[in-house]
Order: sequence, then structure tokens, then C-alpha cells
Amino acid sequence: MGNALLQYATVLMLTIFVGIEIIAKVPSILHTPLMSGSNAIHGVILVGSMLVLGSANTTPETILGFLACILATLNVVGGFVVTDRMLEMFKAKPKTAAAKKDEVAS
Amino acid sequence: MSRGTLIDLLYLVSATTFILALKGLGSPKRARLGNIIAAVGMLIAVVATFFKQVDGHSLHHVALILIAMAIGVVIAVPTARFVQMTAMPQLVAIFNGVGGGAAALVSITEFVHIHSSRPATYVTLEVLLGVLIGTVSFSGSAIAFAKLQELMTGRPVTYPGQQVLNAIFGLAGLVVIIIILVNGQTLLLWILLIISFILGIAFVLPIGGADVPVLISLLNSFTGLAVAASGFTLGSNLLIVAGTLVGASGILLTRLMSKAMGRSLSNVLFSAFGSVITASAGGADQRPVRSGSPEDAAVLLSFASRVAIIPGYGLAVAQAQHVLRELAEELEAKGIDVFYAIHPVAGRMPGHMNVLLAEANVPYEQLLELDEANSEIQTADVALVVGANDTVNPAAKDDKTSPIYGMPIINADMAENVLFFKRSMRPGFAGIENELLYNPKTTLVFGDAKDTLTKIVAAVKAS
Repeated sequence: MGNALLQYATVLMLTIFVGIEIIAKVPSILHTPLMSGSNAIHGVILVGSMLVLGSANTTPETILGFLACILATLNVVGGFVVTDRMLEMFKAKPKTAAAKKDEVAS
Repeated sequence: MSRGTLIDLLYLVSATTFILALKGLGSPKRARLGNIIAAVGMLIAVVATFFKQVDGHSLHHVALILIAMAIGVVIAVPTARFVQMTAMPQLVAIFNGVGGGAAALVSITEFVHIHSSRPATYVTLEVLLGVLIGTVSFSGSAIAFAKLQELMTGRPVTYPGQQVLNAIFGLAGLVVIIIILVNGQTLLLWILLIISFILGIAFVLPIGGADVPVLISLLNSFTGLAVAASGFTLGSNLLIVAGTLVGASGILLTRLMSKAMGRSLSNVLFSAFGSVITASAGGADQRPVRSGSPEDAAVLLSFASRVAIIPGYGLAVAQAQHVLRELAEELEAKGIDVFYAIHPVAGRMPGHMNVLLAEANVPYEQLLELDEANSEIQTADVALVVGANDTVNPAAKDDKTSPIYGMPIINADMAENVLFFKRSMRPGFAGIENELLYNPKTTLVFGDAKDTLTKIVAAVKAS
């Protein structure tokens, strides 16, 4: 068991606390976009897929790595686009509605 | 600075953006920015990876990597862009599933790659965990997708000895892992793969449709952990940070979501919610209900001074959000006060209704959350239930035998009158009879929500 493993374990432990701390107080309307956003973030497995495909020596490795790259790209791209589309609905629209009301009132 | 250090530095930047993004996603104002920050961080990481040295050489198969990415983009962008808003939960499920699949494939490939060099036991363990969790997430998400897409029944699928069988599958997985660790049989990896695949399916089958969003959140968390496991194998801090972030926050999010439904996580996962037909529901079918025409509904609404609209999944299915807003505007023009009572789990995912109504330009200040809505609803003359069912079911308050007992609901029955739009007398997604339908205050308007609303708008305009 090398120093590297210990270092990774340290990162793991600290990140667990960060992950829990960071979303402790999220309003329920944001649960779904948050789930979708974190879904996109674990698409970082694309980097891992690139590394295994990039170091593949045999045909089976190449095929598996290639498939992994496709799936991971789907995860990343799909994840971010879906999240953005969800959040698009939350953007300035309510503000403009409020602004209109103010205009009428004034 | 050497190239390796620079790349690691860029990975650090990328990992930081993920943390900032998750933080941003927790507040309505910065959520969209948060998502974009994460996307930029991801781009940085991916571009940096192209210049990385592995096993002492630069990346092989760069062309293949680019082709794979191109295929992924070509499939993902149109799917994510043009699928109906109602299908969002399925999309999240499927994109999560492929992520889990990718993590499992990365672990398998790495196993094949390093196997000949007799890796240390802990390296093998990391690989096996990555395969197990990633595959469970993959097959579980596929079943969740099938349930939401209604390719299969949304009801819980149960069979005798289910829990025991699932426990046996889980144990079998552990035993195979231990055997591989002890004598390093490559062949057994494929058996582990099969067991994990079955385990994912068996785990999801007994979970009822209404609980699937909670489940997706949990599977999302699993994929994060699988990614973290791959990160250990590949020696990548970036993967460990990103995977663990998602894993840890995902588990907490899953708990928050089940809490919003008034249930515990284990209740969601293991109770086969909705499969029990309660005694009180048995004789309920034959009782009389009062039904009315859209015109009757229009009259009732026109004479109200305060109207509470309670939307549910049916609104999304009927794509009736625009007509609904039109009706609300017509009523407001008559000086009637209108507000929307939003249940946290209305629809197929939390926030579903907010998204849907925001799309129809419904002003934010009219959307009231559960507690506020319940205190306001007592002063409402009409509670208009559009496509909601379980979230207004009084059984959650009164009937201790009901599977949804204890879930907070919107007290539609506290309003003076209840208008209930329904396609048929069929029970809701959770499969539970709704007492509110038989309440003397309630008038049922049968038909497609959009048609009904269009007719009511016309009638209100004419009056």
C-alpha cells in the first residue's frame, strides 16, 4: 500500500464532507436540476475513458475503451444540456413578469 | 513547469469548478451559471487529457477517441434538446445509466490492461467495486427508464421471496469479489458483471413509479461512487473528487427527496410502495361521485373570489400549462385572486411543476410551496385540481393503512369547493384510491385536461 493510495484516501474523505456540506440546504424545487447537474459532473468518467482507450494495447481493450468513450460522452453532453434546459425555465422570466407589473403600477 | 504538472493543475481547476457548480446549483439565482461553470471545467479537463502521457507515451488512438466523442455528441445533443419536458426524468435516468456503464467499462478495460502484471490486491478491489457499482447503476437506470417511459408497468413488480433473492444476489457478488481477490481468476470478472447486472434490475423492479425519481437520485450517487473507484484505479484525483462529490451529495439529496415525500429512504427502497391494495379502497369503486361539465366548472370559477390551482403530472402529460395560465389570467381579469399550490413531489420529479409553469410564463410569486399553500387554501372558494391525485389524497392524513400515510399533502378539501379534472376514475400513479373524489365538496370534470381547460376558458370569456 503506497503513499499514493493514502493520498487518494485523504482526498476521498475530504470530498465526502464537502459533498454533503455543499448541498445541505437546497430548496426542493432545485432537487431535480441538482440531480441532473451532478449527473453531468460524474460524466468526468470521460477523462478515465480517454485514458484507458489511449493506453489500450490489445483489440478487446480498444473496443471496450471506445464504447466507454461513447457512453461517457453521452453522459457529459446529455447531462449538461438537459440541466441547462431545465434551468432555462428558471431564468429571468419571472423577473420580467415582475418588472411588467411594476411598470403597470407606476 | 513540466507538462504533467500543468495538466494536473488544470485538473485541479476542473475539480474546483465542479465544487463551485454544485454550490451554485443549490440556489435558484446561480443555478444556471453553476451548470455552465461545470461544463467549462469539464471541457478544460477533457482538452488537458489529450496532452497527457500514459505509461510513458502520449495517448494512442486519438482518432478513435475523437470519433467516439463525435458519436456521443451527435446522439446526446438532439436527444437532450428536443425531448419533451415531460420526459426529463427518463432522460436523466438514461444519461445516468450510460455514465455508470462507462465507469464499469473503464474498470473492466483497466482490469484487462493491468491483469497480466499481477496488480496489488487493493487495485483489483478498486476495479471490482467499479465494475459492481457501475453495472448496478447501468442496469438499474435502464429499468427506471423503462418504468418512466411506460415501456413496462410503473407499478412495483414483486414476487415471493424477492427480498431474500436480492440478498442472495448481493451476497453472491461479494463472494465472487472475494474469490477474485484471493486467486485472481479473470473469468470470474465476467460472472461478477452478470451478477451486478441482475442485481441492478432486481433492486429496481419492486420500486413503484412514483418513487422512481428518488431511485434515480440514488443511482446517480452510485455512478458517482463507481467513478470514484475508477479514479483510484487510474490514479486520478480529478475522478476521485468529482465521483465522490456526486456520490456524497447524491446520497444526501436522495434522503432530502424521500423526506419531501414524508417517507424514509428504506421505506422507498424496500416497501414495494403502492403494491398493497388497502381494505378501505376495496369497496370504494361503486360509490357515487358528482361530475359536471366544463361549463359548470366555468360558472363555479367565475363566482369565486379566490382560486387555488393544484397542478400535477397530468398537466404535463396533457401539455395544458399554457391554457391553464390563460384561464388564470381570465379569472384575474375578473378580479379573482389566483394562486398555484405546488406540492414538492408533484409530477415525476421535484420541481417538475415549477419548471412546467415557468415555461408557460406563470409569474413566480403565484407559486406557493406546500406550507404556505395549505394556510392560504382555507380561504379559497375553489381548489382546482389539474392532473394531480396522490398529492391531494386525504388518505395520507386519515388512513393509517394507506401506503402514502404520513406524506404531506395539499389540503384541497379545506377549500370551499373542489374541482377535480380527471381522465377517468383510474387511481393515480401510486395506485391508491382517492377519497377526495367522493367528497361532497368535489365536482369531477372528466376528459383531457387541455380540452377541458380550453372549454372553460371559452365559457369564462363568454360569461
